Amino acid sequence: MNTAISSLGTSTSAASRVAQLGFAALLGIFIVGFAGFSQMDVVHNAAHDYRHSMAFPCH
Amino acid sequence: MTVFRNVVFVAALAGLLAGLVMAAMQTYSTVPLILKAETFENGGGHDHAAPGAEAAEPHSHGDATPAHEHSEEAWAPADGFERFGYTVLANIVTAIGFALVLVAVSEMFGGIASWRQGIFWGFAGFAVFTLAPGLGLPPELPAMPAADLGDRQIWWTATVIATAVGLGLIAFRSGVVWSLVGVALIVAPHIVGAPQPVSHDSPIPADLHRQYVVAATVTNLIFWVVLGGVAGAIRSRVARSAGSLRDSFA
Repeated sequence: MNTAISSLGTSTSAASRVAQLGFAALLGIFIVGFAGFSQMDVVHNAAHDYRHSMAFPCH
Repeated sequence: MTVFRNVVFVAALAGLLAGLVMAAMQTYSTVPLILKAETFENGGGHDHAAPGAEAAEPHSHGDATPAHEHSEEAWAPADGFERFGYTVLANIVTAIGFALVLVAVSEMFGGIASWRQGIFWGFAGFAVFTLAPGLGLPPELPAMPAADLGDRQIWWTATVIATAVGLGLIAFRSGVVWSLVGVALIVAPHIVGAPQPVSHDSPIPADLHRQYVVAATVTNLIFWVVLGGVAGAIRSRVARSAGSLRDSFA
């Protein structure tokens, strides 16, 4: 799967690759979790219509 | 950090585009229905403070809306352009978040090779983040009765994880046993069942809610198809240039 054409970032070791991908996925989860699930009122109010539209559990 | 940088690059572009598309769709589909539903919030049998008293308070809801369970002082965007602006911002930011997850996970399984494959990854994202949790917790309008927020967030999260792992087992593990485990994982949250309110009596007319479920589900479907398709298209270009410029790219 680590052929030059079919992967992003070719000259990286497999372990480092997995670590970087894991970090990217965690960053994404953190962003979605903060905007969609944070119980802070300010975040809730700002993202209110978004949360409803995405069918996130909201208030 | 070549891999990380490339993933962020692909995810940022795909997320920006899909987030803008999603915000545009919401403006004409879900948001008008949310605003309509807020006019019913006075009679709602849900976690609200004394209705009516704070009607003049600039709050995230319509004018005649009582407060939520949270404190009155919390900042909220003013109705109109400001509120719209924050919805757009939330769409773009979270679209980039979803794109990071989609691109990173797909890279672990060989990467999205084309825009067409990206659309199928998008369908998977839709199944995981909209369809599966939406079966137990349909898209909900303001003023609708609902179970405890924390319980719903836990069920939602567990359902997303179980569905994602289940689909992954079916797609990337050979052997019928793994596929059966995958199906079982996808079904399990619905056997457990989503937290439900004590009573489903709602001030929201059933037809308004039905329209809303369709609008939210279809806009999410388009969002995921755009996100996956654009990520696949950009990713195949990045991978090509990374292949030809391998050394300078590192």
